Order: sequence, then C-alpha cells, then structure tokens
Amino acid sequence: MTRNSPLLERAVDACAVAAKFCDDVDRQSRFPTESMQALKDARLMGVMIPRELGGESASLRDIADLCAQLGQNCASTAMVYAMHQIKVSSVVSHGADHAWHRAFMACIASQQLLLGSSTTEGGGIGGDLGNSICAVERDGDEFTLRKDATVISYATQCDAILVTARRAPDAPGSDQVMATVLKGQYTLEKTAEWDTLGMRGTCSEGFILDARAPVDQIMPLPFAEIAARSMLATAHLLWGALWYGIAANAVSRAQAYIRADARKKPGQVPIGAVRVAEASNMLQLMRSSLNAGMERFEKAQLANDDLNSMSFAIDMCNLKIGTSRLLTDIVNQSMMVCGINGYKNGGPYSLGRHMRDAMSAPLMINNDRIFGNTSNMLLVHRLDQRLAG
Amino acid sequence: MKVIIRKLIEQHGRLPVAIATLSDDQDLYATGLTSFAAVQLMLGLEEAFDVEFPERMLNRKSFASIDAIASCIAEIAPQKAVA
Repeated sequence: MTRNSPLLERAVDACAVAAKFCDDVDRQSRFPTESMQALKDARLMGVMIPRELGGESASLRDIADLCAQLGQNCASTAMVYAMHQIKVSSVVSHGADHAWHRAFMACIASQQLLLGSSTTEGGGIGGDLGNSICAVERDGDEFTLRKDATVISYATQCDAILVTARRAPDAPGSDQVMATVLKGQYTLEKTAEWDTLGMRGTCSEGFILDARAPVDQIMPLPFAEIAARSMLATAHLLWGALWYGIAANAVSRAQAYIRADARKKPGQVPIGAVRVAEASNMLQLMRSSLNAGMERFEKAQLANDDLNSMSFAIDMCNLKIGTSRLLTDIVNQSMMVCGINGYKNGGPYSLGRHMRDAMSAPLMINNDRIFGNTSNMLLVHRLDQRLAG
Repeated sequence: MKVIIRKLIEQHGRLPVAIATLSDDQDLYATGLTSFAAVQLMLGLEEAFDVEFPERMLNRKSFASIDAIASCIAEIAPQKAVA
C-alpha cells in the first residue's frame, strides 16, 4: 500500500466534503463553499508560499497531486483550487523581491486568502491573454482600472483579483502588466450569468471591474514574462492534473461496473471489459505526459532562457492539448462501458457530470487557438528528435 | 545590417508606431511586437540573411530589440553582419 504525502493526508477531509456536495454544487451551479472552507481549515491555500513568509514552500508537484485528488471528487472544487494556485505561483515566482508582494504572500498564508483572476476581456479580446484593451491609469501613488471582464471565476467569493491590463493608456495591447486588487479596492457589476454544461461550481460570471489601488500592487515584471515563466506552464500542469483526477474517477467507475457485472456472470468476460483496458491505457498516457511535463518545467526553471524558449512553450501547449483530448476520450470510453447506468444521473456508475466537466477542457484556452500558436512557432522551431531529450 | 533589420521589422512587425521612432535598444515587445509577428519577423530575417536561427536563439530575448537581433545575426553569420 503506497502512503499518501503529508499534504494529501491533510486533504482527505476536503476531498470527502467535495464528494459529498459535488452533485448539489453542479445542480445549482453554485460555489463549492463547503469544500473550499475545508481546504482553508486544512490550511492548504498558502502552502506554496515560502516558509519564511508563513507558507510551507510546497512544490508545484505537491499542488498537482492535490488537484488530481480533488478532481476525483469534485471537478469544480479542483478547478477553483487550481486557478487559485496558478495565481499564487505567479506571486511566489515574481514577487519575492518586491515588498508589497512579500507582505501579500504572508497574508495569503496567514489568512488563507482565495485569489481570483481576470484575464479575459470583452471588445474582441476574448481569451487572447496576451492582449488587453483596458489600461492602468496612474494617478499619483494610485492607479485606476476599469475592465469589461467577460469572465471572472468565483469573483464574488475571492479575496483578491489579479488583473491584466495595458501598462498605460498609450501602451500597445501587448504591453501588459498584472495588478493585484484586494477586496474593498474594487467593485463588480455583473454583466453575464454562468449557466453552463459543466464546471458549474466555478461561477465564472462576467463583470465590469472597477478598481483603485496603490501602484505598489502592480507586479514589476511585464505580464508577457509572467505568462511565459510561470502562468501558462502552471495552468497547463494544474489543469492537466485535475483533468487526470476526473479521468481516473471515470475509469474507476467503469471498472467497478465491469467487476460487478463479471461477478454476476462467472465464466464470461463482460462486454465492456476491453474498453476498460483501453481507458486504462489512455489514463497511463495522461499520467506519463503530466509527470514528464512536470519534469520539463522543473528543468526549465533552472534557466530563464529555457523558460522563455519556444521549445518549452510548445511542450506545454502540447501537454494541454494532449491531456484535454485524452480526458474527453477516457470519459467517453467509460460511458460506453457503464451504458445506461453511466448515462443516468445520481448512481454509483453515473458519468454525466464527468462528461460535462470534461467538455470544458478543450475549450479553456481553446485547443484550436493553441494549435494556431504552435503551428506559427513550428515555422521556425525544429523539434527535438532525440528520445531522451 | 541594422537598416535591413529595420526594414524587416517594418514589413513583418506590425508595430503601431513608425519604425524610425525606435531606438536600437528599445524593447520591441513593449512597442507592440506580438509573438505571432515575432515569428514572421524571424522568417523574414532567415530569408534576408540566408541563415537559420539555432534552437537556443528561439526565445523572447533574442528578438527583444534591434540590437539583440543584430547580435544574433552577427553571431551566426559574421560575414553578413558587415553588410
């Protein structure tokens, strides 16, 4: 019997709470309050913050493990936790030499704050993270910012939002910064509901965000660097980890179904058995590519040039596309195995929620957009032909 | 060489400002160079100088300014750098 890591042990309660409320969260399209509180009670919000600032210096691998575990129980909880940790990783990676962000990290750890994100924008920007219309307007020691944010996940539940915007009103769309605005420093005027197929508990509604905050809260590094060095990689790795959790749970349901069927009919191999074998094969591919992706990121972190390289960007893009495709295929296979029992809601073999949650994976930063970016890079980048890399 | 680089940036860079207003050390990304346009620029440079950028140069830093581009070209094709 393999033992869980100490962090996973601490997440056992939160996972149980997530499993208990997942159907209600999904049905009502509501924030997973209970499981997020359980994660705070287990002091798991600030674990990636350095020890000297009150955190536990947990690695991204530790966080990915937690996301995978949560994903097996409630994909919405896992996604909220992953999105929070993606923001934390940016603050940890790029705020270490910056007084305001150091103090902010200490607050995240001591008060178990939940961080939200506002990158998506209206006016034709959509999910094109590398472009903004809205701009930071400096006014003495403070700045103002007004953003037509077509999506901000759990905006009304979080304690701070990390917003992208142009550096100044006269800066081009790609010259962006990331600013942290704390609850009380912004107002939100709701512009769009969140009534979706899946990931319903993330409450990713649309808002007009109006903020005023000290200029100290703008990250010193350009957003393009933040995206390349921490955000895109951690997003793809943590999303992939929670998607793995959804897939693993779907396969375990399919396997349980086949086992029950086999027990009833001794001497016969149940019809769907071969599909379980196929699903387990895809699950292994998913797991291997996530572990390899994590290794790739750890290696790249040792050298900034590598983090900014095309080869790293392409590896991370391919990881996202690969894991999201495997997820939908795995859930499909599992549904075929469980048949009507997978199709029906509420039973032990039910897979409707898994399938609806999984459908978000190829669309969150649309795979076609990512393919567009990688195909552009492949005009100049030559792929590594070696096996060992 | 920088004259050619400037001409290529003008052709492929899709910058919102006139190329003449840029200094050699100015950050092209801050000026509005997108990652898509950066690749188009790389292709234009490879064609114009008859070079292939090695893998280690395919990162943001190598194309961050006219100076940075010039030093990349000078490194891989020293004979063309004087052109």
